Order: sequence, then C-alpha cells, then structure tokens
Amino acid sequence: MVPVHYYLVLSAILFSCGVVGFLIKRNIITIFMCIELMLNGVNLAFVAFAYEWHQLSGHVFVFFVMVVAAAEAAVGLAIIITVFRTRETLNVDRVNLLKL
Amino acid sequence: MNLNLWLIPVLPLLGAAINGLFGRHFSKRVVAAVGLVFVAAAFLWSVIAALRFAGLPSDQTPYTEVLAAWIQAGDFRVDFGFMLDQLSLVMSLVVTGVGFLIHIYSVGYMWEEGGFYRFFSYMNLFMFFMLTLVLANNYLLMFVGWEGVGLASYLLIGFFFLRDSAASAGKKAFIVNRIGDFGFLIALFLLIKHFGSLNYAEVFTAAARLPVEAAPGVLTAIAILMMVGAAGKSAQVPLYVWLPDAMEGPTPVSALIHAATMVTAGVYMVCRSNPIFSRSPEALLVVAVVGCFTAFFAATIGMAQTDIKRVLAYSTVSQLGYMFLAAGVAAYSAAIFHLMTHAFFKALLFLAAGSVIHGLGGEQDMRNMGGLKKYMPVTFWTMTAATFAIAGFFPLSGFFSKDEILWQAYSSPHGHWLLWLLGVLTALMTSFYMFRLWFLTFFGEYRGAETAGHAHAPGHPVSDEKASAAPLDADTAEILVPAEFEKLVLHEVKSRHGTIAYSEKSGESLLLRATFPKGAMMYLERGVKHLSDGKGTATLRFAEASHPPKAVSAPQAHHAPHESPWVMLAPLVLLAIGSVAAGWVGWPKAIWGSNHFEHFLAPAFQQVEQAAEAHPESASTEIAFMLVSVAAAAMGLFFAWLLYYKRRDLPEKVAAHLGGLYDAVRNKYYVDEGYQALFVWPLIEGSRQLLWRAIDVGMIDKTVNEAADGARALSGEVRTMQSGNIRSYAGWVAAGAALALLYMLWRGVR
Repeated sequence: MVPVHYYLVLSAILFSCGVVGFLIKRNIITIFMCIELMLNGVNLAFVAFAYEWHQLSGHVFVFFVMVVAAAEAAVGLAIIITVFRTRETLNVDRVNLLKL
Repeated sequence: MNLNLWLIPVLPLLGAAINGLFGRHFSKRVVAAVGLVFVAAAFLWSVIAALRFAGLPSDQTPYTEVLAAWIQAGDFRVDFGFMLDQLSLVMSLVVTGVGFLIHIYSVGYMWEEGGFYRFFSYMNLFMFFMLTLVLANNYLLMFVGWEGVGLASYLLIGFFFLRDSAASAGKKAFIVNRIGDFGFLIALFLLIKHFGSLNYAEVFTAAARLPVEAAPGVLTAIAILMMVGAAGKSAQVPLYVWLPDAMEGPTPVSALIHAATMVTAGVYMVCRSNPIFSRSPEALLVVAVVGCFTAFFAATIGMAQTDIKRVLAYSTVSQLGYMFLAAGVAAYSAAIFHLMTHAFFKALLFLAAGSVIHGLGGEQDMRNMGGLKKYMPVTFWTMTAATFAIAGFFPLSGFFSKDEILWQAYSSPHGHWLLWLLGVLTALMTSFYMFRLWFLTFFGEYRGAETAGHAHAPGHPVSDEKASAAPLDADTAEILVPAEFEKLVLHEVKSRHGTIAYSEKSGESLLLRATFPKGAMMYLERGVKHLSDGKGTATLRFAEASHPPKAVSAPQAHHAPHESPWVMLAPLVLLAIGSVAAGWVGWPKAIWGSNHFEHFLAPAFQQVEQAAEAHPESASTEIAFMLVSVAAAAMGLFFAWLLYYKRRDLPEKVAAHLGGLYDAVRNKYYVDEGYQALFVWPLIEGSRQLLWRAIDVGMIDKTVNEAADGARALSGEVRTMQSGNIRSYAGWVAAGAALALLYMLWRGVR
C-alpha cells in the first residue's frame, strides 16, 4: 500500500515541471505540452484523494478535466497551426501583436 | 385715507424697466420722455401725498401702509411697508423734486453721449431705491434701498466704463461703501437681538422706554455701528475717499447722487434713528466730532483742488460734515434743514459746473477757464446765486441752515464752543474755496485758448510727425485691425464723421489712425456682424467717452466757449430760485421769523425734545453769532477776491511760502496713498503671496497635483507588468498562485 502523500508529492512535482516548462520554454508546442503536464499533475492528485477517501467525485472531476484537455488540444493545435501559417514561427515571444 | 405711498418708488422703477429693457430700440426722444415722465409722476404723487398728509388728523400721523408681509419667522416679522411722516415727506419731496430737475438737465447734457437709454434707466433705478430708502417703515426695507442706491451709484460712476479710471472709481465707491454697510448690518442684528423687530415704530417705542445711557451700553453700540454705515454712505472721515473719485461719473450723476440725494442717506438714517442716538450721549459725541472734523478736513482739501468737480466734491463732503455736526448735537431738524438747502445749491453748483464743462467741450481744470461770465451769462448768474448761498450770505438759503447748525453746535446741551469754532472756520474756508472757483471760472481772461494750441481740432488730419512726437489726442485713436476688416472699418469710420489721417497695411494687419468727434473710442469685437465679402466677422463699435482724459487740454478749444441749451439752463434757473428761497421756511426766531421748518419737523423728533433739556436762548447772542458767520463768509470772499482776482500772482507766492503743508493739502493729505499702503497693499500682497502662492498654489494645488503625479508614477511602474510577453504574464500568475498558496498555508498552520 503506497501512502497517499507519495502520490501528492509526485503530483506536485509534475505540476511544478509544467509551470517551469511553461515559463522557460518558447516553443508553443512545448508550452502546450507543459499545460497538459500540469493538468495531469492535478488529475493525479484528484484520483489519489478519491482513492483515499473512497469518494466518486474525484473520479468525476478527472473525467471532466480529461474532456476539457481533449477539447483544448483540438482547439489549441488548430490555433498553433494557424499561427505557424501566418507568422511562420512557433516562438511565443514573437506572437505579441496584442501588445500596445 | 389711503395715500398709496408705494406708487412713489414704483413709478421710477417702471421707467427704469422700460428704458432698461426696451430703450435700445427707442429713439432718444422716447427714452428721454419715458425717463422724465415717470420721475415727474413720482414727484407729483409726492406732492399729492404731502397735501393729503397735511389733512390727516394728528392721531393718524405718522401714516403707515403695509402692502404685504415679507419675512415672518416666529415673532419676528418684516413687512413691505411704507411710512410717511414729516421727515420722510421732506426727503421724498427733495429727492423727487431736485431729482426731476436733474433728469431734465441730463437730457441736454447726455444727448451726445453713447448709452443714452442706459443712463436714464440707471437714473430711474436710483430714484426707485432712494425713495424706497426714504419711505420704508422698517430698517430692512431701508437697507434694501440703501444697498440699491449703492448699486445705482456704482453703475453710474462707472458709466463710461471704457475709461479705466471710471471703472475703478465705481469699484472704489462700492467697496468703501461695503465697509460702512457692514457696520449698519451689525447694527440691524443688534436691533433684532434686543428689540426683536426692525419696524421703526416698534423699535422706537421700545427704545423710548429705556433711559438715557449713563455709560456706553447697547444703544451706544447700535448707534455707533449705524454711524459707521452712515459714514460710508455719506462720505465722512474715514470713509469719505470714494466720493471725490466718484466725480468720474457724468456730471448730472454727481449732482443727483453724489451731492443732492444719495449721500444724504446717512444723515437721514441718523435723524430717523434719533430715539436711539438721543439716548446715547457718547454716540452723539462721536457723530458730532466725526462731522465737525470731516467738515473742517474736507474744506481744507477743497481749497487747493484745481479740478472744478473735485472742489465741489470736497465741498459736498464738508457740507455733509455740517449735517452730521448738527445731528451730533441732537439738532436733527437743523441737519435736515441743511440737507434740504444743500440739495438745492449743491445740485445747482454741480449742474452749473456741468454746463461750464459742457460749454468748454470737456475741460474740467479751472486753470484753463476764466472769463466765462460773458460767454455763459445764465450759468454765471445761477452759479453766483449758489455760490453766495453755500458761502452763507444773508438772506440766501445756506445762511439760514448753516447758521442754525452753528448756533445749535454752541447752544445745544450736547454742543461745545470748540465745535462752533471749527464750524465757523469751516464756513470761512467754504466761502474762500467757493469764491476761488467762482473767480477762476468766470472772471479774468479766458485761459483755455493758450493751452489749446497743441490740441488738434476734430476733423483735421493729424500729421504724422506730430502724432509720433506728441502723445495722441484723445479724439484721435490709433487702432490695429486685421486686414480682412479693412473695408468695413473704413466705411464705419467715415460714416461716423471721422477722418482717417493715416492708414497702413502691413501683412495681415491694418494700422489706422483716425480722428473722431468728441473723444470717441472704438474697439473691435469679433463674431457679431458679417462682412460683405464673407471672409470673417467683425463689429466695429464706437463708444463715445464724454470727456477726453484730463491730461489733454480742450480738444474743442478752437470754438469759443458757448452757453448750454435751455433744456439745461431751465433747471439751473429753477434750482437758483430754490437756492435763494429754500432757507426762508426756516427763518430763525431771533431775527423775527418763526422757523416753520423746525416746527413742521418737530413731530418726527418729538422724543428728542423730551430727552434734551430746553436750552436757554437769547436772541441777542444768536444775532451776534449770525454776524460772526456772515463776517466769516465775507472774509472768505475777500481773500478769494484778493488772491484770485486782484493779485493773481499771490497764490503762487503763498503756496511757495507754505511749502510742504500746501503740497500735503494739494495731494489730499496723502490719505489715498495712506489707505493704499495700509489696507490695499497688504490685502493685495497678502492675497498674492499668502493666499494665492502659499495656500492655493503651495497647498491646495500641490496636494491635487502631487496626488495625480503619484498615481501616474505608480501606474508607470505597474504598466511594465503588461509587457506583452506571454511568459512573463504566466510568471505573474504563477507568482500570484504561489503567494495565495503561501497565504493559505499560513492560515492553515494557525
């Protein structure tokens, strides 16, 4: 029996990896993957607690998150492809047209 | 019986409203007719009211009528109410009668001036307020009139508002009067506090129950504060400074407001409040001393003035001092008697002086007059009557009233021989400066022509060298206008009978030097009238200043001085009759008269007679006093004759001999300069340095600006957060989340 805080520590590590990656990477696709990483870190925490407390709501939330992540992947990749087509770059620092 | 007193003030108000609202579209004849008819109607109604008043049974006098309640607060109540007693009857007859004559005169005097309708509207407005002041039955309504005449005075002094000196003289009169009004207002508050009413009848009945104050008390406080107000309105020391400057107004205004009627409002108020003053010996003493000192002080200044109107202005101040002297020795009827005779002869003096000024085309300096006797005989003879009257020669009106005052100053229980002595000295000086004016103006050779050499006659072009060498004449204006208005300007100037001496077009502007009749001034105002070529808009206005500035001598001097038209002379003649005869109603008992006037006024001052002990009178002493004052007048005549007729070289020698003293008198004792240094300068500098620069700019503005600057600096810092760099946004979000997490942990630990 693995104690619950092992899962939580792993979840925190995954989430932190996602955050750090998001902050330091410039490639949009990498950033996108970092977001997925953060979502999955959170998912892990949800299922760990659901298992620990024998509650269904944690599982339900995980499904919701997965659905949202799938939708986001679809929309996000589409945006990325469009950005690449128009700007011919995937460097996020150069996608700054909204700045004044 | 209903006297309908309210009609008397309201009639001139109607005239003022009609001329003020619609006069712009009337012809001058209609304006003059409206202005005259309503004042004449007010005069007629005053006479009718006087006749009916005489028929009232004695238990119905004083007659009061209340139109409506004005203020009602608890027990306190003020009405729109009018009262007619002997005092207000005399006042309203003087105001409407003399006022009407001056209105007639004004038609002639102001005919050529711009703003004719405005002038008559203001004059009628003044009549309305003055009659309200005189006929009110309570102090508050009187105060309305009091402030209203101040307003009318301000408007009329500043009538030629394009002239800077006139505008500032108007402001000066208004502000100095405010100081006095402040005292009057506090007196009213004290009245409300102690008597709970402002109604004359109630206040005086309540005051009558109080004893004469042995030590200064509330009545003294009220009376002295009222005297402060009276000193402002009636130009007494120390608030007299506005009146000489008020001579900037047109001459009929000086005659009506600043000599005959408005300035007597203070005297009227003191006499009206006699039950209060009579119960406070200290206040009476203050009034007498202020009056006596003012009379003496102003007379000394009057001796050294060279401007004909200023001599009369100081003379007015001095004569008002006499009235206060009389009121201050509780001889109220003598004060009103002098007020009445003074109204005649001082109005006449001013109007005659105005006729002289008119005849000389705006010249006011007596040094440039002389020998006018043969040019303007009617003016000369009427002025002679007035001069002898004010100097106090028997049997003209001034003799009776002034002598009554001097006699009372000595013999009244409140009197003193010192007051009498100063009064007689003042009479001597009065006679001297009046005859000085008389000799300088009407006798000797005409001196205007010599100084007129360098003045250009209107209608003749000014040559260029001359114009650049000497300052431009008042009737020659130099204006710079935008070139696009050239056509319009040239057309307008020519259509006004002006002559363009010189015009030069350089680039976008046009320099124009033009000559206009009678000191016309012009200015451009954008945006009113369209030009024919449609390039721009401009209106050219010609505002006619009546008299050219004093520095310029006699622009029309190439004309011989001429007598004024009869519309101006007729009032002079009528006033001359008044100046001669008005005194006969108060023929003193000592020389076998019966002094009707005093008996007539006695009911208005009844309480006085009870308060004061009957003074011992001796006919022979009184006659001796009369001889002394006539001798003083004769001496004044003699000195004036010696200095200004017989030996014209003497005045300069005397002046040189007196040295500094003469300079001080000539410069009016530097009182204006003193006030400037003592009050005006500290106020201006205090406002500028402390209130403006230190408090307004240094604190209030600074707070606001610093707050704004701080906000801007802070937002400048915060703005850098929004860099447009998506990863820095994410960093802020992460940092925020971390902070929130730390906070939650911290809360959780606790």
